[in-house]
Amino acid sequence: MSSVLYDVPGPVARARNRILGVVGVAAIGTVIGLVLYRFYATGQFAPRMWEWITYIEIQYRILEALWNTVRAFAVAAVLSVVFGALFAAGRLSDHSWLRVPSTAIVEFFRAVPLLILIFILYFGLDQGIGIQISAFWAVVLGLMLYNGSVLAEVFRAGINAVPRGQSEAAYALGMRKTRVMSSVLLPQGVRSMLPTILSQLVVVLKDTALGFLILYEELLLVARQLGSQGQLGSPILQVALVIAVIYIGLCLILSGISRLVEKRLTRGPVAPKTTDTGQVGGAGVL
Amino acid sequence: MNVLLDNLDVYIRGFGGTLGLFVVAAIGSLLLGTLIAGMRVSPVPVLRGFGTAYVTILRNTPLTLVLFFFAFAYPRLDLVDLSFFTLASIGLTLYTAAFVCEVVRSGINTVPVGQAEASRALGFTFTQILGQVVLPQAMRATVPPMTNVQIALLKNTTIAAGFAVFNAGGIYQTLSERGYNVLVGLLWVALFFVILVAPLTWMQRSLDARWGVSR
Repeated sequence: MSSVLYDVPGPVARARNRILGVVGVAAIGTVIGLVLYRFYATGQFAPRMWEWITYIEIQYRILEALWNTVRAFAVAAVLSVVFGALFAAGRLSDHSWLRVPSTAIVEFFRAVPLLILIFILYFGLDQGIGIQISAFWAVVLGLMLYNGSVLAEVFRAGINAVPRGQSEAAYALGMRKTRVMSSVLLPQGVRSMLPTILSQLVVVLKDTALGFLILYEELLLVARQLGSQGQLGSPILQVALVIAVIYIGLCLILSGISRLVEKRLTRGPVAPKTTDTGQVGGAGVL
Repeated sequence: MNVLLDNLDVYIRGFGGTLGLFVVAAIGSLLLGTLIAGMRVSPVPVLRGFGTAYVTILRNTPLTLVLFFFAFAYPRLDLVDLSFFTLASIGLTLYTAAFVCEVVRSGINTVPVGQAEASRALGFTFTQILGQVVLPQAMRATVPPMTNVQIALLKNTTIAAGFAVFNAGGIYQTLSERGYNVLVGLLWVALFFVILVAPLTWMQRSLDARWGVSR
């Protein structure tokens, strides 16, 4: 691999790199080895601790939890995109009575931690004004408000990044505002934004795990319940590892899709490059 | 208003916890993230591989699960006994470092190749190029995304409240025990976060305005 930072290594550099490599392997290996040794020393490798995987009922329970996670993710993803589109349109509106409240709402929900939003929806509404919503909807609506606001910024940046000449030309052809937006700006903007939108969905998927804290029956909660069962040997470490693998797998599938879409998009003609994308996308990290 | 004034102690303690976690994890993640970014661009394949694996794993794991590991699974390993605050700081640091690493790395990619080539022509070593030529320039490009990562960290600290670290995320529980209106109490928490995030965003804009255009 040639890089900005170094030339193709010569014999001395190769030798040095090998030494560094060995030192690196030794250091990383020591840490991993220590963890594995502690696993062994505290009996985490004992067959009994892993037995739970073989129980059909537990497999079903994990599948059910997985379904709950995916369900919350799917509903939240769709709602976030709709919310984002509406409020992006609001922020781009020429009417200040629409623009100002949209801006305020988007900025507010972007600044408040998602967990606090979920608490407001779940505990706040219930104990404050007596509206009880289920844990599922608290998670989904919280995700919608937070990620929808992030997506609204992404949409806005995408539409603003379409070259000015495009809308000027459309106006010159006699199109109205709505028509310019829907048939000229949106198709081009969405195209440049699709990779960012899809990678934001990974954030939505990961954040469904917050449902654990309001006892929504998702993967993490089941992990906690299984892990504290004495008759299984309290295999919390083992369950957590399996759940981690499931989450990482799901997220990798999603980001794989987004990379695929990105590749297809950049292969075609005009995909307006935006300098803003990375920045706005970064706003969504959680 | 009463909810806030009557429980000022809870709010101060809660946001104190949040800021404590934030400061520790922010410094930790900046250091560790830069170190891992250095690994990811280094000429040593093993270190590159480790950096990539680290970032891929951490970025695709929910933070709640990372903290879950430290709160419930770590004590099972019978290692050093650490307080929940320390464990949460470690978890937040490790998680945020993966994002910091990516920001630094993409910043490094914005530095023109000629800069590094010129330094190599002058006989700089890898460490010198990275430390004296590339990173200082990369840092300028990374101001906006880095601030975003740190703002996300500030908000993420609330999750530690779910794992026995008292901070802004746990305020509602105390209010609920004391019989106050939880909704109003939580709205105050939300408002304080808006107030906390605002100066960071402002700093981001002004730093970006000062440094960003220089290339």
